[in-house]
Amino acid sequence: MAEILFKQVAHRYKSTSTSKTNTVAEQELALSVGDFCWQDGGAYALLGPSGCGKSTLLNITSGLLAPSQGEVFFDGVNVTNQSTAARNIAQVFQFPVIYDTMTVRNNLAFPLRNRGMKEPEVSRRVGEIAEMLELDAVLNKKARGLSADQKQLISLGRGLVRKDVSAILFDEPLTVIDPHQKFKLRRKLKEIHRHLKLTLIYVTHDQSEALTFADQVLVMNKGKILQQGTPEQLFENPAHSFVGHFIGSPGMNFLSCDLGNDAVRIADTVIPMDAQLCHQGLLQLATLDKNATTSIGIRPEYLQMSGDPQLNGKAGIAVTLESLENYDAYQMATVSFSGATIRVKTRQPPESGALYLQIPESKTRLYVNDILVNANG
Amino acid sequence: MDKIKNNKAWFLVLPVVLLVAFSAIIPLMTVVNYSVQDIFGPDNKIFVGTEWFVFVLQDERLHSALARQFIFSFSVLAIEVPLGIIIAMCMPKKGVWVSVCLVLLALPLLVPFNVVGTIWQIFGRADIGLGGWALNALGVDYNYAQNAGDAWLTVLVMDVWHWTSLIVLLCYAGLLSIPEVYYQAARIDGASAWAVFRYIQLPKLSSVLVIGVLLRFMDSFMIYAEPFVLTGGGPGNATTFLSQYLTTMAVGQFDLGPAAAFSLIYFLIILLFSWLFYTAITHFSGSQ
Amino acid sequence: MYRKRKLIILSLYLLALLLPLYWLLNMSFKTNQEILSGLTFFPSDFTLANYKTILTDSAWYSGYINSFIYVAMNTVISLTVALPAAYAFSRYRFLGDKHLFFWLLTNRMAPPAVFLLPFVQLYSSVNLFDTHIAVALAHCLFNVPLSVWILEGFMSGVPKEIDETAYVDGYRFPRFFVTVFIPMIKTGIGVTAFFCFMFSWVELLLARTLTTVNAKPIAAIMTRTVSASGIDWGVLAAAGVLTIIPGAIVIWFVRKHIARGFALGRV
Repeated sequence: MAEILFKQVAHRYKSTSTSKTNTVAEQELALSVGDFCWQDGGAYALLGPSGCGKSTLLNITSGLLAPSQGEVFFDGVNVTNQSTAARNIAQVFQFPVIYDTMTVRNNLAFPLRNRGMKEPEVSRRVGEIAEMLELDAVLNKKARGLSADQKQLISLGRGLVRKDVSAILFDEPLTVIDPHQKFKLRRKLKEIHRHLKLTLIYVTHDQSEALTFADQVLVMNKGKILQQGTPEQLFENPAHSFVGHFIGSPGMNFLSCDLGNDAVRIADTVIPMDAQLCHQGLLQLATLDKNATTSIGIRPEYLQMSGDPQLNGKAGIAVTLESLENYDAYQMATVSFSGATIRVKTRQPPESGALYLQIPESKTRLYVNDILVNANG
Repeated sequence: MDKIKNNKAWFLVLPVVLLVAFSAIIPLMTVVNYSVQDIFGPDNKIFVGTEWFVFVLQDERLHSALARQFIFSFSVLAIEVPLGIIIAMCMPKKGVWVSVCLVLLALPLLVPFNVVGTIWQIFGRADIGLGGWALNALGVDYNYAQNAGDAWLTVLVMDVWHWTSLIVLLCYAGLLSIPEVYYQAARIDGASAWAVFRYIQLPKLSSVLVIGVLLRFMDSFMIYAEPFVLTGGGPGNATTFLSQYLTTMAVGQFDLGPAAAFSLIYFLIILLFSWLFYTAITHFSGSQ
Repeated sequence: MYRKRKLIILSLYLLALLLPLYWLLNMSFKTNQEILSGLTFFPSDFTLANYKTILTDSAWYSGYINSFIYVAMNTVISLTVALPAAYAFSRYRFLGDKHLFFWLLTNRMAPPAVFLLPFVQLYSSVNLFDTHIAVALAHCLFNVPLSVWILEGFMSGVPKEIDETAYVDGYRFPRFFVTVFIPMIKTGIGVTAFFCFMFSWVELLLARTLTTVNAKPIAAIMTRTVSASGIDWGVLAAAGVLTIIPGAIVIWFVRKHIARGFALGRV
């Protein structure tokens, strides 16, 4: 187990294509994370769309890739040029990687035997891990004949058998697993984390996987870490509009607006906001050029709709119902006002007739150039 | 994929069946016909049953040709398969050199068989050939025309030169199909190079090697032009293999009966051994 | 660490492959006197006379033309009959299909020597002896099974849904096959054509036996170059070089697909 520190790390892939159009894109940074740290014993999720750099970050952590810039330290030791085996990292890949010709037992024993561990010790350790992963029943079977989820467990097992493993990295490990097995595997991973307190880093593009598995979620896009925080923090206060879009099902609503001293204006609709927040927003705007955008973000879950023009003393905004989607547990209504469209998640279908929307100020976030404005500066 | 049962598919297969039947079944019938008759002249034939088969199976020269053939085929396999695997593992996986290597590798495979013989016939001579001259210059007494051992050596080297590339290309294709993550996982597990070969590469290669071994066995068992051009079967009959023996019998001596009987036995031996190899290798790779 | 060792082994091997070929090339540019008088690494008396002989003497160049003709014929015939058959094996189950496939493959295992006499008699009896078509047909014995085998592999990679969609769209089988299916497997056809070319071009025994004058291939002409004054080594070497060039050109064009073809493991 180790604390993993990144210093000024960035990476650019060397283009191996022989295409004649040598565009700037080929020279772009695939990853640019600067200074950054994986804490010992944490369960992290790296979340983001395809190509955002999460696999790159993972491979730099594990040592399968050497960064073109920057250094990596494990517990203070510079490991930037050390191999994966030397770093004592274990990695589980997208599809199960097992040694077809060996039994499950030999698969699990393989890393230990390669490091020269004595046989009785190997046997004991393999037995321990096999029991933890519920593989003890198939220990003597050929690994080739097992199901995909069992094979992934073997891959995981090969990482766990090593007592001195510093961290276990997962690169979208549930990709080829059946949906109903996914749940079992995720539960198992959480159990292992609680039990062994290992550092676990889990890459995925599926937010539900990330949010259920991790203590800390890092959302990435275009090679940068946009936000790191607990699932709650990411949900409540997305630091970047991308995070707002990405987290939540569906994502946050974003409405372009004009910023005033104590309110925002969308065409002819005025929505009151906290004055201090607006003040900070205006300060930021002053430093930017005239193309800077302002928007507010509000989650569909927090909007309220009713037939009453007033609710709790606050005036609602008159909206028109554009469409309604029925789901098992809720309804998704798309409504519009002043040229803006917004989605609302509600438990009951809206009554027919006039509709009014309540936008709770406490849940409304302000974004200048897609970055969250903090009322405290 | 799920195939539909449809007997009308026979219409699609008919051209192939007719063509191959014309090329195969009719001649084969002729051979069977000749093998059971003693032919004195076009209108003078008597049915002799299995007489030719007995005669052929007792033929001393046939036995030695058969023995030589087996030694040749197994020697060739023993050299070409390991060598082919090694070279395939040395090939680059990507980059501009891949094309260059593939083309160079494939060159020997596209040389007409008799030209292969000619190339080595020239190369091995002490007076006009680089190989022969070099060996003699180093003090080795080398003459493939007079020394049976030298002749064998030259024939083997020639075949290795000619056909190893086939094994290389097959194994290369097999190795390319191994996803990079297997190698990454092996690195993480601290596996040695030998372990990587044994547990990742060899299992993948076993399926292509079945085809490679089968093809090389079959083709080496049928070899004709290359050794014929190189040594003419000599010195004496030191390098006379089965095809040459059969050809001499059939075309040279015009002993149609024995030639036909021998032809059938020849074909059967190849079928038998091919089946044996196939079963052995698939059994071995299946049980691994 | 291993990289350097691999590079050395590979280089040595490729060098060994090229050495005899270089020697042949070397000899083709020398005169007979130079060849017989001593060993030189480069022609001291560079000459194109040998090539000139071949390209101007019809006894020689007709050999190349003949070879090209029957190889081309064979490739066309093999592909034409193999395509529908491979389609049938790929898409349908029918009575005796497995046995048929196996029987086809056994033809690949047939020693040409076995078929020498019967072929001579067969083709003489249908008046096709010493014609290009005879050799082309004879080579079909092993090229057609090979073609069916390779094409079937490629065709199985095309999902059946494509066929069904075409039928729903109103295509009749011939039109579907030619305009939709064949373009999808053109790599496969290229690989198959390559292997047909390869096996037909290099084969000597049958090609020599079935021809005497009119369709004699270059390979057979080369085996008869002993004249009264001894073997004309220079011309022989030049002839050899010229037989390798078509092969080299073909490989260059299909180089990207060689790996794929071998990957199917269906040589």
